[in-house]
Amino acid sequence: MPDDETPEANEGEEVAAEASAPTDSPEPEPEPEPDPRHVELLARLERALPDAVIEHADVYGDLVIRVTNESWGPLAGVARTELECDFLSFVSAIDWSPAPREGGDDAGGDTSSPVQPTEMTFGAAGSAGRFQVFAHVQSTAKHWGVTFKVDVDDAQPLVASWVPVYPGADWHERETWEMFGVRFDGHPSLRQLYLPAGFEGHPLRKDFPLLARSVKPWPGLVDVEAMPEEPSASEATQAQEPSASEATQAEESPAEPAGITEGGDE
Amino acid sequence: MSTTEMPSAPDFELERSAMRHLADAQINVELDTGDMILNLGPQHPATHGTLRLVVRLDGERVLAADPVIGYMHRGYEKLTEFRTYPQVTTLINRIDWLSSFANEVPFVHAAETLMEVAAPPRAQAIRTILTELSRISTFILFLGEMGLQVGALTPAFYGFRDREHVLNLIEGATGGRFHPNFNRIGGLKDDLPWGWVSETRQVMRMMLDSCDQFEDLVAGNEIFLQRTKGIGVIPGEIGAAYGVSGSNLRASGVDWDLRRDGPPYLSYPELDFKVWTHPDGDSFSRYWVRLQETRESVRMVLQLLDGLPAGPVMAKVPRIIKVPEGEAWVEVENPLGQMGYYVISKGATGPFRVKIRSASFSNVSILPWLLRGVYVPDVVTILASLYFILGDIDR
Repeated sequence: MPDDETPEANEGEEVAAEASAPTDSPEPEPEPEPDPRHVELLARLERALPDAVIEHADVYGDLVIRVTNESWGPLAGVARTELECDFLSFVSAIDWSPAPREGGDDAGGDTSSPVQPTEMTFGAAGSAGRFQVFAHVQSTAKHWGVTFKVDVDDAQPLVASWVPVYPGADWHERETWEMFGVRFDGHPSLRQLYLPAGFEGHPLRKDFPLLARSVKPWPGLVDVEAMPEEPSASEATQAQEPSASEATQAEESPAEPAGITEGGDE
Repeated sequence: MSTTEMPSAPDFELERSAMRHLADAQINVELDTGDMILNLGPQHPATHGTLRLVVRLDGERVLAADPVIGYMHRGYEKLTEFRTYPQVTTLINRIDWLSSFANEVPFVHAAETLMEVAAPPRAQAIRTILTELSRISTFILFLGEMGLQVGALTPAFYGFRDREHVLNLIEGATGGRFHPNFNRIGGLKDDLPWGWVSETRQVMRMMLDSCDQFEDLVAGNEIFLQRTKGIGVIPGEIGAAYGVSGSNLRASGVDWDLRRDGPPYLSYPELDFKVWTHPDGDSFSRYWVRLQETRESVRMVLQLLDGLPAGPVMAKVPRIIKVPEGEAWVEVENPLGQMGYYVISKGATGPFRVKIRSASFSNVSILPWLLRGVYVPDVVTILASLYFILGDIDR
């Protein structure tokens, strides 16, 4: 199947991406001339919190450091004092599990959305499981920034709160809690931020279906008639292989909600 | 129970003055009406949308304020996972709807970073111009509207009137007044129309006049000064810890502008501009910094128009955009502050996860701290001076 000579260059790329997916570190190591600011940040962090860093990566100029769950709490203080990162940009979480697609529309798996890989792969600096909390802090004086990631338990996601050090983490952690179900130990009042009180479920988890699409199918799928030489819309949507993504894509383009005509231009 | 007992009667040996104080205290106790809960919003002119502030009052003084957000939550982070990359720009246009073009730039930049394509220099320059025009239109409206919040009606009309000229420029180039959707991964949809450059030069001169007018009308007005000077002071370090960014943080004396200090993006490294700060951190300094930044943006646009590079506006990108596996954090200085996208791609036509870091969300999260102890009328000026857009809070 990995036939690189096909005229579909994009297909070849996808096959290559899938083939390299199971390997542990998809990001290139920061060996070629590491950013001196990143070296300095890592050295300061190692001095203040030895054994905290599990892995680090340089992602397009941004330093990503994965730390142990126990060190997340003290890390906030270290980041603010030792690393001089006085500015809290955000705290959020990532659900690395792939969206369930096998059930199609019945299970809320949306057939019109872009096809993502079906196996769980992790991004920069790796992950131990499904959920990761990540945060970005920056220094307004030193003009550097760093993204911290921490693994949390899949069943009982829990991590220390940063509110005592960065008061601005309050809302970010409330949002992360309601959207991902990650609890923050030591947060003064972990309650709903965006969603109505008593909302059940965690919408940004991958297994939470996009309800709008479950109730009403993506209108583009209905409206677009297949060209005579193309497979019909129903055939294309039933096929779940990545090779069908071209067809799915082609159907989707004219159906953009605000009348962009990217597909029509070409 | 002893705690509910009346205090014992005072000794008659107390001096008369002491008795008088005691009587005053007694009156105060009797007049104490207890805390009152006041709902400011969700529909309130000072909230630019549907922000609800639950404030606990003691008389006219705010004891505690709790912003209730989410009335306009549209779940963009979830929706991006169901869209292709070109479709996402339509959504993120609507985050900060006053400067939509500026919203598109960091996301497109993140996708370009992951794909390792770069927009041609002309596209970068035009993007920079349009970003600065967005900033001018956003700030001009603010400069007028801030007057409205302290009771001056006229500047608001001037603000809307002058902003229209800038919106016309944006419309002329992109076709949309508010939602241009003009960025493409790899460049721009179109080149600038004929005559646009000279028209922009004219409008920029008008904007400088407009800034002077606002400075005279509003920033020099005694009532305005009394309502804003020393009100709503944010110390720089507290603002930073809350994630307050942009002009709000620079008005607190923090000399930090991502156009100059962040990772290089667009044409900013080639531009000569000054980053304005103000040491006071009060409502007035936030107004003053935005006034100066509007002038600075005009200067930047004029510089860019003088050195507009020739060439194509679109790089070679595949017809169907697939972004290679990886993740990228792109942060830029938007009119309202730091806007960032943490884009995680798994090699598909759409993003796997997009964390949207919007400026107003963090700017407003300082309100519980900032509003403690202020008077009710000042709540309105503080809200106005922070200058948030509801879509930027609720995403």
